Amino acid sequence: MSIAGEILANAIPGSIALVYPALGELVSERAGVINLGTEGAMLAGALGGIATSIGTGNVWLGVVVAVLCGAATGSVHATAVVLRRANQLASGLVVWFLALGVTSVLGASDNGQVVSLLGAVAVPGLSSIPVVGPVLFDQNLLVYLGYVLVPATWWFIHYTRGGLVLRATGERPAVVFAGGHKPLRVRFLAVCAGSAIAGLGGAQLALGIVGNWSNGMTNGYGFVAVAVVIFARWNPFGVLLGSYVFGVALAISSVVQAHGIATNQYLLDALPYCVTVVVLVAVSSVGRSNAPESQRDALSETS
Amino acid sequence: MALATTVLLAACSGTAAAGGGASATSTTTVGFIMVGSAKDAGYNEAVADGAAAVQKDLGTSVKVLTADQVPENNSVTQTMQAMVDKGATVIFATSYGYFTYAHDFAVAHPKVTVLHQGGFDKDTFPANFGTYWGQAYDPVGLGGMAAGGTTKTNKLGFIYAFPIPQTIANIDAFELGAQLVNPAAETYIVNTSNWCDPLKQKQAVTALLAQGADVFSQHQDCQSTVIQAVKAAGKYVVGYHYDAQSLDPSGWLTGSAWNWAPIYEKIIGAVQKGTFTGGPYNANWIGSFATGDNPLELASFGTSVSADLKAKIEAEKAVISKPDASIFAGPLYCQDGSVLVPAGHVATAAEVNAFSCLIKGVVGTLPKS
Repeated sequence: MSIAGEILANAIPGSIALVYPALGELVSERAGVINLGTEGAMLAGALGGIATSIGTGNVWLGVVVAVLCGAATGSVHATAVVLRRANQLASGLVVWFLALGVTSVLGASDNGQVVSLLGAVAVPGLSSIPVVGPVLFDQNLLVYLGYVLVPATWWFIHYTRGGLVLRATGERPAVVFAGGHKPLRVRFLAVCAGSAIAGLGGAQLALGIVGNWSNGMTNGYGFVAVAVVIFARWNPFGVLLGSYVFGVALAISSVVQAHGIATNQYLLDALPYCVTVVVLVAVSSVGRSNAPESQRDALSETS
Repeated sequence: MALATTVLLAACSGTAAAGGGASATSTTTVGFIMVGSAKDAGYNEAVADGAAAVQKDLGTSVKVLTADQVPENNSVTQTMQAMVDKGATVIFATSYGYFTYAHDFAVAHPKVTVLHQGGFDKDTFPANFGTYWGQAYDPVGLGGMAAGGTTKTNKLGFIYAFPIPQTIANIDAFELGAQLVNPAAETYIVNTSNWCDPLKQKQAVTALLAQGADVFSQHQDCQSTVIQAVKAAGKYVVGYHYDAQSLDPSGWLTGSAWNWAPIYEKIIGAVQKGTFTGGPYNANWIGSFATGDNPLELASFGTSVSADLKAKIEAEKAVISKPDASIFAGPLYCQDGSVLVPAGHVATAAEVNAFSCLIKGVVGTLPKS
């Protein structure tokens, strides 16, 4: 396989770990709530998943608990910003710090303890497609769930009644209220659901990729997910693309080094974040913003 | 930050309460500060094991306080102060990045003896300060022999965090050891720019597997991810910091594991006797095989190491355990062919600390800024 092919393949598992929190962030933002606590929800999901797997020996039960831990983390943010009208950015950061501290205390005895990884399951037929088959379709089930969740989220947002209410809540909550729905309830649920999905990202990282827990193991990927949503212009397919672009940028360093190619290492390490900044600037300068309208109110604390 | 500190101090006091009760008049209170979790199956757990052994071996003459997960910033100063407030007179700051904080704390607190693990003080030595370390490259070189003797592809993978002197020496020693039993063995290196980023470690293993590497080693703080990824691929691993054979009994070849208790106990003894200042520990102390007091020991052998290979490794260990011997015996050459260690000369610890090139046989380059 060429170097480029190797990088593209190496990037897939990590990209999917990013797709989940980005999709979760998208759901939350579509309802008008920015959730910087996504990183915290990932951490909670990762630890919940590992601790459960260690305790019960059942890795799928771990995945379920990861979702619940993500949702629980999200409910803290939702309570603060939806029910108590707290500043969204401040609350999100506090939730992240809280999750970082709580997981490092609760997870102290789980550090370095290993669980068996979610095994790769080759999809019959698809995995025998030359070149891309083994790369895309010989992965663990959480990767496939990520593939499916992208179009599913898109379909939900654009073609279901629930999706309409979600979008409308993000744009004009007053209209939703007049239409007989409860915008606060919609927002609360959207934040919790989004964080639950972010918890799956933590599960993919901890149970799908590395098979153990270490403090702060998400290393800021949850924040990248927030940037990916803006990059994606609040579109699930854009989230998939954005996550993959970042995942590729992250994988370049390892592969290039393993080939013994001399490069400026520090530049490669900075590459994923440089790409994120450049793309954000480029995307923001093209046309009008797709940001849900009520987010502007949210940021001025008057919503 | 505030939250993290509160949590740390709470953790610290919790341990102190558990270890307390001994209040004989001549009790020395000793504090150990770790950067990671005391249960990381790696560098920090080795420190925690050493601290526990100190409490067990020295009994009521010491009271051990521990604090783990203390970041390499102002938090370490606050943690040291909290320990002193609890009566600590000896403090072991055990992470590389604690150096400046530990040194400054010693200057500000002349009555507290502060030891730093892994640092090297080039400037004036306060009378109550010392650094200590083990000559890591010798056992790492023996691990390299296990790797070189086991590989079938002649390609070894080495994953590291940062190109600090210790790491450069470890990579060179690993490749050198491999060449002793297998001249064709090459070491492919990948860095992660992080002491513990599991995702990057996994990507590094994946990238090295694609290159055909079949034995892996590392210089990271946490080693579980690499061991698991190697196990999943059915390849072999040489550990570092901690004996983790239980994680992968068939893939584990050997490794280097810290046994800190003896040096901790000697240092505490010197402080109790009042002989610390001006003594061997009031300096940059380094234990080695050659002096018979290396805190970094060869870990247990896994089932995949042949009896013949074990014998070769034990024989080499005997050779480098002679006075003034080391794995870095010349002639050794850098990748570009320049002489690193001339023929007939054995590199001293200070010379090894100044190594800035990778030896012939290492594939890859060190990051340059």
